[in-house]
Amino acid sequence: MTVLDVRGLRVWYGSSRGPVRAVDGVDLAIGAGEVVGLVGESGSGKSTLGKGLLGLLPDGAQMDGDVTLRGEPVDARELRRRRGSEVGLVFQEPMTRLDPLMRISEHFTELLKVHDPGVSKAQREKRALAALRDVGIPPSRYQQYPHEFSGGMRQRIMVALTLVLRPALVIADEPTTALDVLVEGQILAMLSELRVTYQMALLLITHDLGVVAETCDRVAVMYAGRIVEQGDVRTVFRDPSHPYTRELLRSTISLATSELHSIGGAPPDLVDPPSGCRFHPRCPDVMPICSSQDPLTSRLADGRRVECWLRGSRVDAR
Amino acid sequence: MSTLVEVSKLSVHFTLRGGALSRLTGRGSAVVRAVDGVDLTLRRGEVLGLVGESGSGKTTLGRALLGLVPATAGSIRFDGTELAGLPERRIRPLRRRMQMVFQDPHAALNPAMDLGTAIGHPLKIHKLTSGEAETRTRVLEALELVGLAPAERYYSAYPSDLSGGQKQRAVLARAAILDPSLIVADEPVSMLDMSVRARTIELMASLRDRLDLTYVYITHDLATAKLFCDRIAIMYLGRIVEIGSVASIFEQPRHPYTKALLKAVPVPDPSRSAPRDLPRGEIPDASRPPAGCAFHPRCPVAFEPCGWTGRDLRAHLEDRWTRLGASAYEQESRVFADFPDLEFSPVGDVVVAPGRLHTASDVLTVLNDARADAPDDPLWRGVTSMSVRDGKVVVGFASPVEPRLLPSPGGSGHVACHLHHPS
Repeated sequence: MTVLDVRGLRVWYGSSRGPVRAVDGVDLAIGAGEVVGLVGESGSGKSTLGKGLLGLLPDGAQMDGDVTLRGEPVDARELRRRRGSEVGLVFQEPMTRLDPLMRISEHFTELLKVHDPGVSKAQREKRALAALRDVGIPPSRYQQYPHEFSGGMRQRIMVALTLVLRPALVIADEPTTALDVLVEGQILAMLSELRVTYQMALLLITHDLGVVAETCDRVAVMYAGRIVEQGDVRTVFRDPSHPYTRELLRSTISLATSELHSIGGAPPDLVDPPSGCRFHPRCPDVMPICSSQDPLTSRLADGRRVECWLRGSRVDAR
Repeated sequence: MSTLVEVSKLSVHFTLRGGALSRLTGRGSAVVRAVDGVDLTLRRGEVLGLVGESGSGKTTLGRALLGLVPATAGSIRFDGTELAGLPERRIRPLRRRMQMVFQDPHAALNPAMDLGTAIGHPLKIHKLTSGEAETRTRVLEALELVGLAPAERYYSAYPSDLSGGQKQRAVLARAAILDPSLIVADEPVSMLDMSVRARTIELMASLRDRLDLTYVYITHDLATAKLFCDRIAIMYLGRIVEIGSVASIFEQPRHPYTKALLKAVPVPDPSRSAPRDLPRGEIPDASRPPAGCAFHPRCPVAFEPCGWTGRDLRAHLEDRWTRLGASAYEQESRVFADFPDLEFSPVGDVVVAPGRLHTASDVLTVLNDARADAPDDPLWRGVTSMSVRDGKVVVGFASPVEPRLLPSPGGSGHVACHLHHPS
């Protein structure tokens, strides 16, 4: 079942030099129980896309395009209204998202009172303890304050506060970036387990391809406001179709890396992005057409969608 | 290779003071042992990696090497000069020869200062040039050196004109302009995008060759350390737990913590990533380190001498209740008079009092159930006895032994682990 379906989503905001087109025509769908990784470098628009889907864009930002949530069309205001109950969120810094003056139990009480006003106190506690158990927080800690927990435990508590409302879709923006590598591994393993038990659709926003490889079913690679390639994680990682995906994979440093590789140049200015394919100034496979015309979206035989002139001539656009 | 820096028995402790009341009464103050008795030799021209999680003391050790934090005890000899206890005004002239590069290049450059001024600043501070013209020439050379070309253009650029990678280059230029012997680089690439990390590491490696640099590379990322370092020291809670050549650390890791770190590095290959069995928990509070080996509460292969105490028993029971759920917690925690207090039990046998309406045999039943449910948990290797005495349960623990950093048997490195050096 498709939980989230996004078509032609655009987000832009004003700057002194003109509109910044942070997200510029994005199509993305996520099913129940599916984890989609949204990867890109800083400035690719991945976090803006996540904020747009949560109705968390700052004042002055505009959004348009078609978003449906469990089959219902929703606009920005509606997304904001459904945040929490239907669209959950997990952020990067667990340290700053909990109120230091409130016990963990009070965080749950307040949240459940707002979202499910009819529920009894005993029921609330039962649901809170069940969610904490799912994320591995001992019941003996329920009455403690945030400072009594470590960073990893606070992120677990944040996840429990998200899941206790049973959202259909969870957007996690760099949920493990601030954590240590061992704790990151624990949290990722936990998220993989939870998406099965909770049957949630999970959009995992990250810059780390290793995290995507370990956690996601599908991957969407974002560059300068557009998704340039998306498809099954195994297929995309084994045989990247877009030159940017390939270069990004090659420049990722892992324990298996024996030779360093980097992509020349820098990501473009989104006020005045390059014409045609936005990656063309940095692309090793650039052709004359790339700078003059926008590449078409091609659907490959394995179900992947790619936006590149190298593939565009072969298969029809959707 | 000759020695550039010799560190011996170095400790850096920070005193935490509580509120006004605890200051009056003298209670509640604690000491964080950020670096706790480290021995280390840095050879001229090598790249030494300090690898560990946050809280391992790697950053504090790096700063202590440059005299940026005072040593509490021990010695740091930089090219023959003792830094520990040296007043700041005597260290300052030496700083010309030892520079630091920080993690966040966006914060390391003054946004109101153009690169020419920023990179030339160290020359002014140390009064190393005869005038503006020479400073300018040196700055242009430094810009060329780090690949910010055309140098003339970058000379008048501001940090806001640069990408993250270019800013880190500028920071490296500012460090290199003094022609230092030692650069301590603290996570220099972890805030950079993947596509420019490799270029930055290559730049640091080429500076090493061209300027005869020695590096201390502080990172949590074993993958970049593998590519850049000659030797690696793995740190945990203020101590070096394993040190050796890159080959010995990656091909023959000895310490369970090193093995865990290696296992935790994400593999960007979905066909090879498998569910990993990672150590539980997190790095403990350095103001209350565990007894024995500080890693033992998370160690999958810990055994008798590793340092078991009452707090390990508490953690074990909490794990159990997380698994069994809230009702088991309700029932079982009630049999203890003061369960949270187990956290603060001293080294040695722990006396557990039963709660109201309960007896010592109830406590013993809970403990025996916990043991029967997880008999293979390393904790139970450290529990030597559980018996009833005077209406309370006495839990006996094996005596903790602190592991020392000793030569790895059959290898080139050093490791601090009882598995490798049974006492």
